[in-house]
Amino acid sequence: MAAITHEADSALATVWRLLDAVHDPEIPPLSIADLGVLREVHVNDAEVTVVITPTYMGCPAMHVIAEDVRAVLNRAGYLQVVIETRLAPAWTTAWISAAGHAQLLAAGIAPPADVSAPGATMPGRPRACPLCSSTETELISEFGSTACKALYRCRSCLEPFDYFKCL
Amino acid sequence: MSNAHFSYVLRLGDNALIIGQRLSEWCGHSPFLEEDIAMANTALDHVGRARMLLTHAGDLEGAGRDEDQLAYLRDEREFCNVLLCELPIGDFAFTLMRQYLLDVYHLHLFEALCRSQDEVLAGIAAKAVKESSYHCRRSAEWVCRLGDGTDESHRRMQSALDELWGYTDEIFAADAVDEAMRAQGIAPPLAELERLWRADVEALLARATLSVPDDNWRASGGREGIHTEHMGVLLAEMQVLQRSHPGLAW
Repeated sequence: MAAITHEADSALATVWRLLDAVHDPEIPPLSIADLGVLREVHVNDAEVTVVITPTYMGCPAMHVIAEDVRAVLNRAGYLQVVIETRLAPAWTTAWISAAGHAQLLAAGIAPPADVSAPGATMPGRPRACPLCSSTETELISEFGSTACKALYRCRSCLEPFDYFKCL
Repeated sequence: MSNAHFSYVLRLGDNALIIGQRLSEWCGHSPFLEEDIAMANTALDHVGRARMLLTHAGDLEGAGRDEDQLAYLRDEREFCNVLLCELPIGDFAFTLMRQYLLDVYHLHLFEALCRSQDEVLAGIAAKAVKESSYHCRRSAEWVCRLGDGTDESHRRMQSALDELWGYTDEIFAADAVDEAMRAQGIAPPLAELERLWRADVEALLARATLSVPDDNWRASGGREGIHTEHMGVLLAEMQVLQRSHPGLAW
């Protein structure tokens, strides 16, 4: 029994590792695990079940993400792949990992502010400009290049930048 | 599965689909780039929730119809969205005023539906309420800015409000479907939603220096499939691909 458990654990770890290669097509530096979209993985003999939760209901990236998950697993020899889309509990920016925050910042996107902080309100506002770190920023538009982002401008370096909205 | 349950979810799905379709007409035509993006984003959120709601409606119906069949292969008389959603986009003032009136309704509706006995619906609502809260922030800001703006922007906002007001009654007019859903703990009482909606709307209109119109006319019929003359044109455009190439898929 111990051997079987070990084998199952190792298959699970392999699948998680494989899925690290799946990134958000609209925010390429960010893996779906770091984005918090990848919720659960189950391996049952030859069948792999992957549970994903959409960031936004109409997010067109979800379709691509599901296809990419399937492709990556198929290439590794897992041919029976079930992708389950789970809505509840609803995705929140709190699920983006610390590594995810760092990757967003490196890509010039201000990561979501902490809405659980005292006095903070949804969708929060960027802590600082991702380019020059100035805290003097202003909102240009509530909506940015994708559903999950708002558009800001830095008053110090004058560059516009995306802010990952808190949700 | 009760017929009322299917009808209730279908109505929510149709409202989301039709307002999503109207908002998407602004794509490439908004007054400036940021608003163009905002309009398209909001449209996408509505189409996204329409997909979830219509899929759920199809499951409740149990006749094997999926989201695409419900969206693209029904005729005008089978659509049960409120008339407010299908009115043409008009000018920017008209679109934003309608959006605000709908966003406040959606905000309170989905907030209440998070506690629905229908778990799938509660899951969709938990997601939708966050989006509606964001939509509402933007549309309320525009109603204030334009209502309390120049003479021209004020005139246009008041005129849009006067034209839209009589269509809001239909949202809250409870019928047998709403009553059955309320009794089963699936939907909230509409009278309560109307009270919350009216309080928010009147407070914002006052801030925007706009006057609440008289309740001296009302238009309804959308939920029974009796639509305005604009609905057929909207459907013709929305459904043309699937009607011309039946069964077409990605």
